[in-house]
Amino acid sequence: MHPTLKRIIFFTSIIAFWEIGSRLELWLPIILPSPTMVLDALVTGFEDKTLIYDLVASFKRLGVGLALSLLIGSALGVLLAKSKTADETIGTVILALQAVPSIVWLPLAIMWFGMNETSVIFVVVLGGTFVMTLNMRSGIKNVHPLYIKAAQTMGSRGWDLFVRVIFPASIPHVVTGARLAWAFCWRALMAGELLSTGPGLGYTLRFASDFGNMALVIGVMIIIGIIGYIVDQLIFQRVEKTVLKRWGLES
Amino acid sequence: MFIEITDIQKQYLDKDNNPLNVLTDINLKVEKGEFVSILGPSGCGKSTLLSIVAGLTKATSGEIVVNNQKITKPGKDRGMVFQQAALFPWLNVMENVTFPLKKEMSKKQAEDQAKKYLQMVQLSNYLHHYPHELSGGMQQRVAIARALAMNPDTLLMDEPFGALDEQTRSRLHGQLETIWTETKKTILFVTHSISESIKLSDRIIVMGTKPGTILQDIQVDLPRPREQYKKEMLEIEEHIMGYLKKEIDKVVSEELANASNT
Repeated sequence: MHPTLKRIIFFTSIIAFWEIGSRLELWLPIILPSPTMVLDALVTGFEDKTLIYDLVASFKRLGVGLALSLLIGSALGVLLAKSKTADETIGTVILALQAVPSIVWLPLAIMWFGMNETSVIFVVVLGGTFVMTLNMRSGIKNVHPLYIKAAQTMGSRGWDLFVRVIFPASIPHVVTGARLAWAFCWRALMAGELLSTGPGLGYTLRFASDFGNMALVIGVMIIIGIIGYIVDQLIFQRVEKTVLKRWGLES
Repeated sequence: MFIEITDIQKQYLDKDNNPLNVLTDINLKVEKGEFVSILGPSGCGKSTLLSIVAGLTKATSGEIVVNNQKITKPGKDRGMVFQQAALFPWLNVMENVTFPLKKEMSKKQAEDQAKKYLQMVQLSNYLHHYPHELSGGMQQRVAIARALAMNPDTLLMDEPFGALDEQTRSRLHGQLETIWTETKKTILFVTHSISESIKLSDRIIVMGTKPGTILQDIQVDLPRPREQYKKEMLEIEEHIMGYLKKEIDKVVSEELANASNT
């Protein structure tokens, strides 16, 4: 059977069971509202444009946060790969920081920047930076020495060698780093918005929860999941696959 | 003399910090336009010697002068072809070949130059292919075109056909011979194949191991193409085998000794 067909059958039966269970009042709507209620909440949300404002606001923060974390992460990664001293000092700190979920920085961020946009973006940046750093570092450290030798015999050295050979050779690691950074940033953003201020998907989720609007809570969860899936599967996995193939790392 | 290699020594430190002699007393003179093979069993330091001429490896002592210039670092006057093609996978064939030309000429000039050499290795129809789309033999031809495109006086080749199958190798021998006749490059060609060295070169430098030294300098005076001189080639092969036999035995007995120790 075709995988798509399998998936359609699978999802249809789950939703059908969920809807029927709700109609037979096997559980209360406040515990688990029915699919139709969720759909209604989503339609209302999009019609009065609150969800659209949320999406725009969340993506703005994500865009700024992810871009900053990729930039800072790449720069730090290059530094760690090139300087042994930096690797032995800053590198250790980054390994430790990477084990800390970035949301725990929020209380400090609120003290430093206030209960605002900047605090959330700060948490998002921290979410993606370190994983990007570590991938960039290993990308540069793992450049095949033969590429460097070949480039040297063709008169390339210094900055030229870095820009034209070392960096492009490390692109597969960069792509993996960016994909992980996106996933970490996305999670950090939702956590940050839940605990901070709006507008934004996470904020609306908490708002709906405070007013007992579980249909909207589930609706927002579904939006978060779908966006995560689309970006990861349709964008990053495709780019990663193309790069791995081109770089001869996968047939 | 075009290439003068004088008293080259190369030592490495092994893991217990004991010096290990890789090359000892290497003296070699090569004339402009000569095709010289450096032949020896694995571990004789022939690749290290080529790498020193390329400027990629520093000798412990001694000096190398190419075209009246002392070698201290890699340079575009010496094109190098490695055993693996070492093409950049993110660039297509054309971009790979124009890689060394970017700084010194316009894009148009570089592409014309690249086309000329890609035609020489019969790859004009693959300008926009990426390395992973080419066979090993084709990749190696691109690598040769890339080295030639810099228009170096010297071509350094480190077992360039070692990873290819017999048929492809034999075809590339023919192509390399043609290229050499057309371009008049000075070629230093490292190989462990006796027949390959006899087929291609004017002179064969036979090296021995532990430490790496030059055992013999053999002139090959057969007219080209040499396929028709099978008997003469065989005689030279046996002659060289006489020198190499001892060396190969040495390598084998040492490997056996190492194997029994572990």
